[in-house]
Amino acid sequence: MSLTTNERTIILAMWDKIATESEEIGRETLDRLLTVFPQAKTYFPHFDMNSRSAQLRAHGAKVMSAIGDAAKNIDNVSGALARLSEMHAYILRVDPVNFKLLSHCLLVTLATHFPADFTAEAHEAWDKFMSLVSSVLTEKYR
Amino acid sequence: MVHLTAEEKAAITGLWAKVNVEETGGEALGRLLVVYPWTQRFFDTFGNLSSPSAIMGNPKVKAHGKKVLTSFEDAIKNMDNLKDTFAKLSELHCDKLHVDPENFRLLGNVMVIVLASHFGKDFTPQVQAAWQKLVSGVATALSHKYH
Repeated sequence: MSLTTNERTIILAMWDKIATESEEIGRETLDRLLTVFPQAKTYFPHFDMNSRSAQLRAHGAKVMSAIGDAAKNIDNVSGALARLSEMHAYILRVDPVNFKLLSHCLLVTLATHFPADFTAEAHEAWDKFMSLVSSVLTEKYR
Repeated sequence: MVHLTAEEKAAITGLWAKVNVEETGGEALGRLLVVYPWTQRFFDTFGNLSSPSAIMGNPKVKAHGKKVLTSFEDAIKNMDNLKDTFAKLSELHCDKLHVDPENFRLLGNVMVIVLASHFGKDFTPQVQAAWQKLVSGVATALSHKYH
C-alpha cells in the first residue's frame, strides 16, 4: 500500500494544522479510545484515573510525535517507525485490532477540530495513512 | 442486544434532534464510497462515482443516503429492540442485496465521523461512546438474520 501524491499533500497540509495543537489532539484521541473502547484500558493498568488527564496528555504527545515523524517521512514510514515497530512487536505487544480503534478515534478527533478541512478526500487520505502506520507497527509481530 | 444507559439514550436522542437527516445521510454514504472504494460494488447503477466530488455530489448517493439514515431513525425509536426492528431489513440485506455485514460496521464508523464533524466539541467522548454502541447494535441487528 502506498500513498498517492494527492494523499501525501493532503496529509502534510493537515499535519501543519495538527502540529499547532498536537498535544491536545493526542490527549483527546486517547481519551476517546479509553472511553469508547474501555477494553483498551487493559494496556494502561499503570494509569491513575485521578491524574488520567495529565497521563493522557503526556502519552498523547508521544503518540502524535510518532505520527508526525511518519507524516514528515511519508516516503519511508517503515524506516521512520522502525524502532517503534520493534517496541510494539517485542515489548508492548498491543493486539493489532487496537490500531484500528486508535486510528478511528484520531479521525473522530480530527473531524471535531478541523471540520472544514476534514473533507471526504482528507478522510480517505488519513484513514489510509493510519492504516499504513498500523501495518508498519505490526509488521514484526511474527 | 445493546445496553444503553438512560444517559446514553438521552445523549443519542439529544443529538439526533439536531441532525439534518437528508444531508447527513448523503454525506455518510458518500464518505463510505470515497474512503472505502470497494463498497462501490453495491452501487453499479448509481452513475458517476469517478471522483470524491462526483460521489459527494451524486444525486443517487444523496437519495440513498437519506433512505439509509431515515431507517436509522427507527433504531433510535427502538433502542431496546433493535433485532426485531431490523429483522426484515436484515433478511433483505442477506437474501436480496448480498451485503457483507462488515459494511454495516464501516458505515457506522463513517456516520460517527460525520456527526463529529457537524457537532465538534459537543461530540464528547461520552457522546461518541453512546453512538458507537448504537451503530454497533444496528450492525449486529442487521446481521442477525444472515444465513
